[in-house]
Amino acid sequence: MNDFLFYIIVALVKIVIIANMILITVSYLVYFERKISAWTQNRVGPNRVGYLGLLQPFADVLKLLLKEDIVPKVANKFIHSMAPFIALFVAFTTYAVIPFGPSITLWGKEIPLMMADVNIGILYVLALTSIGVYAITFAGWSSGSKYSLLGGIRSSAQMISYEISMGFSIAGVLIFSQSLRPMEIVIAQHGWMWNAVLQPVGFLTFVVAAFAETNRLPFDLPEAEPELVGGYHTEYSSMKFAAFFLAEYANMIIGSAMIVTLYLGGWQFPYVETFGFSPAVTIGLQVGAFFVKMGALLFFFIWVRWSIPRFRYDQLMNIGWKVMFPLSLLNLIWAAILAMIMK
Amino acid sequence: MTYYTFAFYAFAAIILLSAYAVVTSKNVIYSAFSLMLTFFGVAGFYALLGADFIAIVQLIVYVGGILTLMLFGVMLTNKITETEIKTGVFQVLPASIIIGMFSGVLIASISNNRWTVAEKLNNPQNSLVGIGSILMNEYILIFELLGVLLLIALIGAASIARK
Amino acid sequence: MIESYIPIFLVFGFAILFSLAVVFSSSLFGPQRPNAEKMTTYESGVKPIGLANERVSVKYYLVAMLFIIFDLEVIFVYPWAVKFKSLYAQQGIQVFWAMIVFLTVFEVGFLYAFKKGGFKWD
Repeated sequence: MNDFLFYIIVALVKIVIIANMILITVSYLVYFERKISAWTQNRVGPNRVGYLGLLQPFADVLKLLLKEDIVPKVANKFIHSMAPFIALFVAFTTYAVIPFGPSITLWGKEIPLMMADVNIGILYVLALTSIGVYAITFAGWSSGSKYSLLGGIRSSAQMISYEISMGFSIAGVLIFSQSLRPMEIVIAQHGWMWNAVLQPVGFLTFVVAAFAETNRLPFDLPEAEPELVGGYHTEYSSMKFAAFFLAEYANMIIGSAMIVTLYLGGWQFPYVETFGFSPAVTIGLQVGAFFVKMGALLFFFIWVRWSIPRFRYDQLMNIGWKVMFPLSLLNLIWAAILAMIMK
Repeated sequence: MTYYTFAFYAFAAIILLSAYAVVTSKNVIYSAFSLMLTFFGVAGFYALLGADFIAIVQLIVYVGGILTLMLFGVMLTNKITETEIKTGVFQVLPASIIIGMFSGVLIASISNNRWTVAEKLNNPQNSLVGIGSILMNEYILIFELLGVLLLIALIGAASIARK
Repeated sequence: MIESYIPIFLVFGFAILFSLAVVFSSSLFGPQRPNAEKMTTYESGVKPIGLANERVSVKYYLVAMLFIIFDLEVIFVYPWAVKFKSLYAQQGIQVFWAMIVFLTVFEVGFLYAFKKGGFKWD
């Protein structure tokens, strides 16, 4: 029973730490998005609140908190509040299976640096992603606005289309890891054997699918401003709007963490064992490697957003079904052949 | 295991309450929302039984796919979301007869069954690996036939959509 | 085995509480001064024309149907993919052909739907 209590306490501590980490990262991700967009467009960006505008995210949250919560008269009140709830729920549960480091030993007990090392690991993320579709569908339907409805239904069609190529790309990874556990997927990519090197096509299809699932440009059809105003969150204000905003950026973080885990070796620092550091330093370097890779990918997400124009709806669906799906299928066959050659 | 029992009753409560809401709510969207919770509860049951792959497939296929299809179907149909679903004596009478017969069959089979508690599973570590080897050894023909079944479904979907 | 799911349920509980707090915080802290104009839906500043209960195009329904079929296909690939390496070591190349046959049968349907124009989004 004592062990059990320890297990629960460790889990609660991890929840608090990771949730705070996500909240802080989201705040500064928004700040960096605005800064990077400013640099791309030769502007200065936020620089008034605090030194270099570093307190801007907190000012934004405070502003949104003190705004009036406007719900249109024609909206369905219950579903209208459930939609941001689902969006946030999905964003704050998905991280549970992502490993950000190897196990550490504290007080004689081994503690893996992840929330829950469950058998189904990666599929848990896929299942929650498919629940995230409801946030957008419900938001679009319940607002009672034409733009919301169109944005919502378009983006749910987009998300389910790209889930297919995402699923097939993951199958290619599973051939090498022989397990759904994210920890074992990471361990299978020791040395140079990153999945991005072994199956570059799968890496490509997964990254594209991750962009589409997070509704980021060039796939941000739900928010295509010129035609749909604000898409599914046109009729949301104050903290309900903030909930969607928070969920989008949290999903971006989880998306890049997933790409790192599946294709870029997770927390592996290639050949760190041969440097001869003490175990603590090695673990520190590995956790650092995970966050550096994730940061680079987050920068890539923002960089793409400010460099590439948006797709048209039919182009987006064509890419999803006629290009990405066959490519991910070919990648699966390639992965099987490679596994047979390498044995 | 107290927390196991607690989890079981929690999931059972979720399933029963949400299933009740599915059949009683007057708005189709509320029914869809409650059905999502029901699927969640059923997935929780599977997870408790150690069938974690089935649990997650339940979520991916039913919540991710079939319920989305239902929602799109509701949205496709004009003004169905505002229509209140009415029930009168004409529907209640046959429904209660059928439900009575069905629950009679269920109660009879539950009370006549000799319930034995199964031994602990040999390899509860990973149900997916077990499914993989069974699918590739004993049920290989059925696995290929599944491909044919999916093919038929796909052809059906394609021909419904484009006349 | 079931113990490994306890953290997940804890995360679920935390996420539910946190999300409810965020969603309902603005009705606690924000002002409440509704008026008729404010409560209308957005329409570029003019009076909204029509309601949002227009019927949605049937092509979205088709996407959802195709999604279920393809999703089932993916789910049957997972057990094979996880077991592939060890089965190949035992049984040789026939494991590979088993999946190729499965996928080929399905891709015939994909090509049929393609030819039928099931993937035309306009």
